Amino acid sequence: MSEMQDYKSSLSDVTSRKFETFSYLPEMDSDAIRKQVEYIVSKGWNPAIEHTEPENAFGHYWYMWKLPMFGETDIDRVLAEAEACHKAHPNNHVRLVGFDNYKQSRGTEMVVYRGKPV
Amino acid sequence: MAKTYSAGVKDYRETYWMPDYTPKDTDFLACFKVIPQEGVPREEAAAAVAAESSTGTWTTVWTDLLTDLDHYKGRAYAIEDVPGNDEAFYALIAYPIDLFEEGSVVNVLTSLVGNVFGFKAVRALRLEDVRIPLAYVMTCGGPPMGIQVERDIMNKYGRPLLGCTIKPKLGLSAKNYGRAVYECLRGGLDFTKDDENVNSQPFMRWRQRFDFVMEAIHKAEQETGERKGHYLNVTAPTPEEMYKRAEHAKSLGAPIIMHDYLTGGFTANTGLANWCRDNGMLLHIHRAMHAVLDRNPNHGIHFRVLTKMLRLSGGDHLHTGTVVGKLEGDRESTLGWIDLLRERYIKEDRARGIFFDQDWGSMPGAFAVASGGIHVWHMPALVTIFGDDAVLQFGGGTLGHPWGNAAGAAANRVALEACVEARNRGVAVEQEGKAILQNAAKSSPELAMAMETWKEIKFEFDTVDKLDVQHR
Repeated sequence: MSEMQDYKSSLSDVTSRKFETFSYLPEMDSDAIRKQVEYIVSKGWNPAIEHTEPENAFGHYWYMWKLPMFGETDIDRVLAEAEACHKAHPNNHVRLVGFDNYKQSRGTEMVVYRGKPV
Repeated sequence: MAKTYSAGVKDYRETYWMPDYTPKDTDFLACFKVIPQEGVPREEAAAAVAAESSTGTWTTVWTDLLTDLDHYKGRAYAIEDVPGNDEAFYALIAYPIDLFEEGSVVNVLTSLVGNVFGFKAVRALRLEDVRIPLAYVMTCGGPPMGIQVERDIMNKYGRPLLGCTIKPKLGLSAKNYGRAVYECLRGGLDFTKDDENVNSQPFMRWRQRFDFVMEAIHKAEQETGERKGHYLNVTAPTPEEMYKRAEHAKSLGAPIIMHDYLTGGFTANTGLANWCRDNGMLLHIHRAMHAVLDRNPNHGIHFRVLTKMLRLSGGDHLHTGTVVGKLEGDRESTLGWIDLLRERYIKEDRARGIFFDQDWGSMPGAFAVASGGIHVWHMPALVTIFGDDAVLQFGGGTLGHPWGNAAGAAANRVALEACVEARNRGVAVEQEGKAILQNAAKSSPELAMAMETWKEIKFEFDTVDKLDVQHR
């Protein structure tokens, strides 16, 4: 048995703030992000990109990056939009969303570029 | 021409056995497993069940002739062998929709599983499945919010939710209890849960528990930036008391409350579900007492029926068993009732124990809750079995972590996300589970510790209630 460890998390430590699905895993590399876009497309969902200042991440409504890419199945196009959003807002969280129009909900969403904690 | 009155006892099959009857779309259909008394022919036993669960009584009475009993009676329309069991048979019975008060699960059950279960002509009787006609479904409220609305409220997408039942089950003070909740939620769980027998005992009255737990939720939300909840159990001795507790939970801003639908009863449950819908509150449903009703393979009510009744009565979460943990549950059968809980249209599938097509129309589905004796090593199997629309609840598997609840919670969250991420990449998660977890543990000392603590624990008892198949 190894030594007991403290669980480091607090109100004053901004790195404690999470942002839902996959935020407890290490940041995804470009290949891992591509696989998740493929998943969204394979499910027939509509890809979309959203972003926010990390301090406002708790809210339901982040900023839409353009409109959802309805019917888009080209993985590279989706990746390019995510990257463009990240370039335009380098300090923001950038989120990949898969809209499921049959369930009228999000099939999934995940932050693919992590913003600067503040 | 009008009938004439003739007193006395008639064979049930003269009236209630109708092998040529074609069920209507608006009929309730029921499949009973019947073990008749020796010497009672199958048709007579099936007809007797149809009679006793609908209009019949043991003798003819003159008032029968004041109505049109042929319209109202239950109709035994088919008999089938039970695979692997020579003494039992399935009786399929159709009931006209007029027999049941609109929106009343109570009324449905009082007929279908009422006096008939004590009836002498049958030695044992089990209600295996029911088909609820869509016309009746539409008269019921159903889940207060449903899966999609809960996801939107709680902001959880693309993965199962994570929960934990606070232990010890009984004896903690409210303030210590709130501490346990806070530690779980800050570590990465979405929900914590009152144990079912935590109501309002002398060691912890409900009001203090609610107050302390809400402080825990608020702080964990600020700290993690994620939405959190705790199932505040409002199960109470009387409906008045139950609503009082629900109102207080609402006044504190709690997102979800909890009820035990079998011990609390369907009248209480349906009323509470309506209250939740009116007040924007999610409703978690526990199922204490279910095993008394559903575990004996020859007598009682199958859990798939109890699942359908809950979906009608109302609840946003329902415990369904884990398949892999410490509690009873056959895999195919469990997959069957999970579908009945969550999907919009479920086709007959005998391999999963589903006897009828079931159409829920626009009634929302509810989350399946897997809870009981599970830990991080079960995660790959749980993600595979349950998919996204489930709450995976690790009690001992969170609180029993050597470094405490927060570390235990983080271990489960990392394991869950690693399995979902791998699944999305197309990896066969159940087969590759070990490698997925080992890889995830490289960046999570909490997960590594959990894997070291629990790797030897398994539950390998065979299930008592299996699907009826040949040569068991």
